[in-house]
This record gives sequence, structure tokens and C-alpha cells, in this order.
Amino acid sequence: MIVPSIRNDWVIMAIFTAVVLTAPLWLTPVGAGYPDLLQKFAIFGIFAIGFNILFGLTGYLSFGHAVFLGVGSYTAVWSFKLLTMNVLPAVIFATLLAGVFAVVIGYVSLRRSGIYFSILTLAFAQMSYNMAYSVLTPITNGETGLQLTMNDPRILDGPAGQGLPSTTLFGLDMSGYAGFYFCAVMLIIAFFISLRIFRSPFGLKLLAIKSNQTRMKYTGFNTRPYLLTAFVISGMYAGLAGSLMAITDPLAGAERMQWTASGEVVLMTILGGTGTLLGPLFGAGIIKYFENIFSAMNDGRLHEIFSFLPDWLENIVVAITGEFVGDGWHLTLGLLFMIVVIFLPGGVVEGIRRANGFLRRLVQSSGTNTATLAAEKE
Amino acid sequence: MSIVLSIKNVDKTFGGLHALGDINLDIEEGKTHAIIGPNGAGKSTLLNCCIGRLIPDSGTVEFDGKNMIGMQPHEINHAGMVRVFQTPEIFPDLSVLQNVMIPALAKRDGTFKFNAFGSLAAEKGIEADAVHILEDMGLKAHIHKHAGSMSRGDKRRLELAMGLVQHPRLLLLDEPTAGMARHDTNRTIDLLKRIKERGMTKIIIEHDMHVVFSLADRISVLAQGRIIASGTPDEIRGNPKVQEAYLGGAEL
Amino acid sequence: MDAILLQILNGLDKGGAYALIALGLTLVFGTLGVVNFAHGALFMLGAFCAVTVQKILTISMKVKDESITFFDAYKEQPYLEIWFGDFGTAIIDWSVPISILLAMPIMLLIGLAMERGLIRHFYKRSHAEQILVTFGLAIVLQEIVKSFFGANPIPSPAPGIVSGSAPIGVLLGLGESVVYPWWRMIYLLFSGAVIFAVFAFLQFTTFGMVVRAGMHDRETVGLLGIDVEHRFTIVFGIAAVVAGLAGVMYAPILPPDYHMGMDFLVLSFVVVVVGGMGSLGGAVAAGFLLGILQSFASMNEVKAIIPGIDQIIIYLVAVIIILVRPRGLMGRKGVMED
Repeated sequence: MIVPSIRNDWVIMAIFTAVVLTAPLWLTPVGAGYPDLLQKFAIFGIFAIGFNILFGLTGYLSFGHAVFLGVGSYTAVWSFKLLTMNVLPAVIFATLLAGVFAVVIGYVSLRRSGIYFSILTLAFAQMSYNMAYSVLTPITNGETGLQLTMNDPRILDGPAGQGLPSTTLFGLDMSGYAGFYFCAVMLIIAFFISLRIFRSPFGLKLLAIKSNQTRMKYTGFNTRPYLLTAFVISGMYAGLAGSLMAITDPLAGAERMQWTASGEVVLMTILGGTGTLLGPLFGAGIIKYFENIFSAMNDGRLHEIFSFLPDWLENIVVAITGEFVGDGWHLTLGLLFMIVVIFLPGGVVEGIRRANGFLRRLVQSSGTNTATLAAEKE
Repeated sequence: MSIVLSIKNVDKTFGGLHALGDINLDIEEGKTHAIIGPNGAGKSTLLNCCIGRLIPDSGTVEFDGKNMIGMQPHEINHAGMVRVFQTPEIFPDLSVLQNVMIPALAKRDGTFKFNAFGSLAAEKGIEADAVHILEDMGLKAHIHKHAGSMSRGDKRRLELAMGLVQHPRLLLLDEPTAGMARHDTNRTIDLLKRIKERGMTKIIIEHDMHVVFSLADRISVLAQGRIIASGTPDEIRGNPKVQEAYLGGAEL
Repeated sequence: MDAILLQILNGLDKGGAYALIALGLTLVFGTLGVVNFAHGALFMLGAFCAVTVQKILTISMKVKDESITFFDAYKEQPYLEIWFGDFGTAIIDWSVPISILLAMPIMLLIGLAMERGLIRHFYKRSHAEQILVTFGLAIVLQEIVKSFFGANPIPSPAPGIVSGSAPIGVLLGLGESVVYPWWRMIYLLFSGAVIFAVFAFLQFTTFGMVVRAGMHDRETVGLLGIDVEHRFTIVFGIAAVVAGLAGVMYAPILPPDYHMGMDFLVLSFVVVVVGGMGSLGGAVAAGFLLGILQSFASMNEVKAIIPGIDQIIIYLVAVIIILVRPRGLMGRKGVMED
């Protein structure tokens, strides 16, 4: 293990920035080069990167992070309704309020560890979800979801024109590529902060807590504030992601807080590689990409794809694969979940590393083979 | 001579078992104080009461004149009392170097510091300290290894390095050489002697009489939860009570 | 007084379901040391056993509807009715109790397969990984059910003879306002019987003795040369059967849909935690307790004081219990503590 140098980190950041900003170009060939999907990549990337700061560094598995996502969305929509359609205040308020929620939930949940922590966060998530549907309807608008209306005050914007206004950044309309680039900049900032945390003494201490918390205490650290800080940071990431969702589509519903949504971010993180810098982003990208393809697919499309097969085989193949696409996407997701945990606990990043090592060994062994052969000839 | 640690009237029972009974012990500054005794005599219980892992039923543990009872482990650490564990309590998932950097960071950052934007790579001072100690312990070659993958003996030495890097006022060593090969033991004795020259106060719990008599300035003998004798190595060597209780009458 | 009794009764049948699911959950945790997030899915599968049996029994053919004479009308008539007449109708009417016969072997098989195929390989892995893999399995199971039976709840009525309500108010001399559906009462008795059977099995058989010893100290029992793992497989099967039975019998109370397992799982986990991880008695007690508590919180009088309390009461109790008494009501010391 080599302590990474500061200069390397700047190179990583430069490459990362370039790759993210040119995403519309290089993702077009795989059919993902349009703003809606790109935006989703960025938003869920932020969500997963933030989740990884908690789960990847401290090992605390939260099953309630969707709460902060929901809080972020609701706050953003309220900011659009009450203040202005400008996205900056929405993002700032959402992130801060999610942080406040994270302080409260984290403070209580972190009094326990292991599975008790998971269940505490799950309990808070269920409480928030149930309340958003019932008593908090004045704030959340219950099942319908919170949306913009013509009667919203929007005190900073002044009187609205015809129809519902759209979100802007100081007058720049946040639809299409502008929206994506706003999310992309947020992603770059989010990644930068995550990189700094990973490379900081603070990050090392979090890893040490994951490795042996008891020892940390006898080493002179008060571990709880460290855990709470990590929890709040990751909660704020989720809040940011939630607000960005509301920017794309100014609507917030309680289903965003459901624990299956919390489960999804866990999956993204472990699929990509828990505790790695880029893994969660890969995970989010892979899941959202395939969700997009798979859930849009139907039997007709499948027949087209498999039309090269003989008819009887084509029908069988379509019947089987049909279970996994469209509405069956969740089945694929569940299977993916199991396969990753069973066979690749290190996620995609670990997989790449292994494949890399395997190739290198292959090259080396063939190299030595030739060397021995050459030696034998002599 | 000033007293660093003063244990007064400490009692501890587990269920009906009297683990410690009316322990009184003063540790002088700069001295190496060994606590010996047969298995189950209460040596580890006594250490645990000092560092906050256990809370005694009654009595006080005063460090630098301050009562430590009821304080959190991390507070006791920062007061200057550091324990080296008998079973290696390291960070198995971190590198050896990082294992030693962590306690060094604790010494500098205190119980909590949010330095999330500092770079670890810029912590040259901390790193140099850690490398220096690891060199001392003969672990230089391993510094980038996974700590969890090391041999048990190496883990013990790493554990020791983690304690030493904090330069504590009082170091509590729980059988520092248990499970080490003879030449490793000698090496550790040499190292502990060198620390002694620097004036670090130590409490050592040890089975190995060779280690005890080469290091200790004073020895206390614990049997069935009570201190039955205290004195210089020579005094202890000649004490018939000790030979009776601890050595079953055999000559030392 | 009437109202209180009514709420207690209302809470009991739900509590019975919680208790049965939590019992298996905590049994598996206590013996195998596995946190099984797919346990709710077993409950759901049980309920769908009832649905399946009902579907099979009512496989129908088109027959001419004799009651309509002025044109040719057709209606669906189950083969059972065609073959056996009134007896066939009765069988269909009793489809839910009959499905118990199917559910027991099927749930046992599913349980054994799950343990052998998946859970076994996760004994030594972290609780986080156990949670994740069983969570994935739960999703897979519920999606498979969804693709077979659709997303809508499927009503599975109780036998006609017990579809009404018992006038227990009259029986107890409390007035006619206190009535309790027969089926819920049956469910309560049924869950009591199953709980009793499980406890008796663990208490009075050698097998149960080994399992209890294993729960207490797995390593030592292993050292005695007893094949604990083999027995634990069977324990998992039993837990699956218990959850399945809870599901079968619950079908008339709550029309089964594919995500009912998840809903109950979260609640059952809370029940287990409140009762104390690994404590069988705790799980049962906490199941009934929380069921009753929830039913009290749903009273309008209570909701008027604290709006929305019915939605969060169970989770709130869980949070308080975990913080104040992490061992739960009856948990042993040292289980899952740091």
C-alpha cells in the first residue's frame, strides 16, 4: 500500500472532470448520451458516493438513507414554491436540512452498532415514510406528492407568467443539457470532497474505526463524533442528490423515502465496490443504465433482438428473458444483488483488479515460458 | 520520587468471585514496575481497572493525582496512560505504517478533530515518527504490509510500537513477550531497557521471569486477588512467601 | 371497558402473525447466527400457497348456464363441483385450511433448499453481507410471485361457516357491541397452538435439547461431536414452515400481495429486537405486545391526541427499547452487543 501523493490526486481530479464533462460524447455510442439519463447517473452517483463515506469508511450499514433523499426533494420543491425557481437556494437548503435530519437520526442510531444500527435507521426511515403519507400531508401532500402550482407565492421571483415556471440558474433554464451540466458540476464537487476525505487523516481514522473500533477508543479517540460526522456528511450528500432530482422534475413523493430506495443505494455501493473511490459511481451508473434499458424493453423488442434464432428457440428465449425485463427489472436487480454479494463482495472495482492481476500473471508466465524456452535452446 | 499512579483500596468481584481485594499500589516515576503472579491471580483485571475497561467496585485509581475511575478509555489515554494489549488489538485491515500513524494522530489531534481536508500524504512528521518507531521494533521491512497478515510475534511488536509512538507517561504492558521466540524476546527486552533510559514509567505483567528480572525495578506479587509482597527484585527473590504462593517452593 | 377489550382482541391476531414470524426469525438468528431478511418472503410464500390451492381447486370448465333459458349462456364451473357436486363446493369453500396440508411440505422444502443452497455459505460472513444477500433473495422471491400472480391483492376467503363474527360480547356479558370475526379468533388460537408446538418440540425432544444447547453455546456443542449444522438445517426448515403457516392462515385476513412479506419483515425485525435477539419467549411476548399496542394506537381517541401515532408507534417503541434496553425485553447478555 502506497501513500498517495497530493499531485496524483490533482491528476485524478483533472481526469475525472474531463471524463464527466465529456460524458455526453462518449456515452452516446452506448445509447446513454441524452440529458435525462446522464443526469440520473450524476444524481445517483452523488447519492452512492455519499453513502460510501459512511458504509465504505466506517462499515456502518444504514438502511435509512432514502429519508435524506426525500427530505432533500421536499425541501427543494418548497424552495421553488415559496422562494424562487432558482436552483441554488434549493440545493443549499436541501443539503442543510438533510444535514439537520442526519444529525438527529445519526445521533440516536449511532448509540448502537452492527445490526442494531441498521434496524434503528430502518425504523427511522419507516417512521418518516409513514408520516409523509399520513400526518405530514400538509407538508408532503401525501400520496399525490408535492408539486408546483400556479398559486405558489415564489416571493423572490415576482409574478409568474403563463403556465408553470421551470427551474433556472440565474435565468438559465435547467432543462436538457444545462440541467445535466449543473448536476455534473455538483458531482465533480461531491467527488472532490469524497477524494479529500479518503486521503485525509480523518478518513484514515474512519477506516480504523471500521477495522477495530474498540482499539480506537483505547488509542485515545472518541469514536462517536467521528461516526456522527461521517453519517451527517453522507446524509447531506443524499439531501443534495434529492434536491437535484427535484430540479430535473419539480415533484417530490414519499416513495422516494421507502426502504427499498435505501436498499438501492446499498446495492449501487456494493456493486461498484464498497470503500473504493470510484466504485459507488460505477455501481450507480451500471444500475441506472441497465434499469433504463431493461425496463423500457418489452417482448416485441426482444423478438427483434433474438430474431436471428430459429422460431421455436426464439420464442423460448423471449419467454425466459421477458421475465427479466420491463416490469421484471426488479427481479434482475434482486438477482444481481445476490450474485454480487456471493461471488464478488469487492464489487466491480475488485473484479477489475482481479482481472488485471490475472492478465498480468498470464503475461508474466508466458514471458517466463519463452525465457525458459530460449534458455533451453542455448 | 514522585508517584505517577496510585492504586488505593481497589476491590472487584465477578459474581461471587473475589477477583481483586483491597489492592494498594504506588508506581514511581521513571521506574519499571512488574506485577507477577500465578494464572488467575487478577493481574489482567487490575490492568483493566486502570484503563477503564472495568470499573472497580470500590477504591480509586489516581493518575497524576487525578481519579481515573469512571473516565472513558479515550480520556484515560489522553491523560497519558497507555496500554499494550496481550492479544494483539491492532487494525487488521490497515497497513503496518497506518497502524502506528493512528495512535500518533491521536496524540496530536486529541479525542476528536475534523481534519477531513488535510492530506495524509502531507503528514510527514507523523509518518517519520511512525517509521522511526517501526525501525526500532525491527518492522521496517513490513511497513506497507497488511497488519492482519503478519505473524503473531510481529503483531505483538506492532502493538508495542503503537503504544510507544504516543510517548505515554505510563505504559502498561500486558505480557509483552508472550508468544515470542527467544531472540525476539531478547530484542524486546533491549528495546524496553532503552525506553527506560528515556525515563518512561512502565507497568509490566509478565510470566517470563527472565524478562521480569532483567527489567523490573520493583516487583509486586499478586496471588488470589491480593498483593502478597512488594519490593526490589532481590527482596522478592528471597521472599519465602512468594516462593510458597507463586513458585510452589521452588528456588528462583 | 368494551372498547379496551375490543382493541386487545384486534391486536391479538396481528400480534399472532408478528409472533410467528418473529419466532422463526429469532430461532434462525439464535441457532445459525444468520440475520435473514428473506424471512418475510417465507410468510408471503405461505400466503400464496393458499392462493395457489384455491386456484387449483377452482380450475373450471365452461358449462351451459341452465338458469338462463331464453338464450345460450355459459358460465365457469369448477371441475370439483362438476365431479363431486356439493362435496366439491365444500372443498373449495375450505380451500384455506386445506392449503395447510400443501404448505407444510412445500415450505419445509423451500426452507431446506434455502439453507443448503445459500444461507449455509454465509454463516461465517459478516452480518452486513447476510443482510444484503437475503435482502436480494427476498426481492427475487417476491418478484417471481409477482410475475405469476400479478401485482394486485388476491382475496382468499375463509370457509363460509366461519366468515361471520363471534358475538363474544354477549358471551362475556359485555353487550352486543363487542364482536370478533371468527376467523381472527381461529387465527389467534392457531398461532397459539403453533407457538406451543414449537416450544414443546424444543423443550421435550432430544433434538430440541441439542438445538437449545447450540443456541446457548454453539462451539461447545460442536466439540461434543454432535452434528450441529445438520440440525440447524432442520431448524431453518421449521422456521420456514412456521412463517409459511402464519402466511397461509393470514390470507383471509389480508388478501395476499407480493410485497406483504417486506411489510411484515420490517415489523417482525422490530419485534425480534424488542423481544431480545435470540430469545424465543421474547419474540412471542413482543409480537403480541406490539400487536395490541398498534391496535390501541389506531383508536380514534388516541389519534386525536397524537396524530399519526398509529403509523409510527411500533418503530418508536423499537427505537426506545434499543436505546434504553439494547438486550430487549428478554434477550440474553452479550448477544450482538459490542
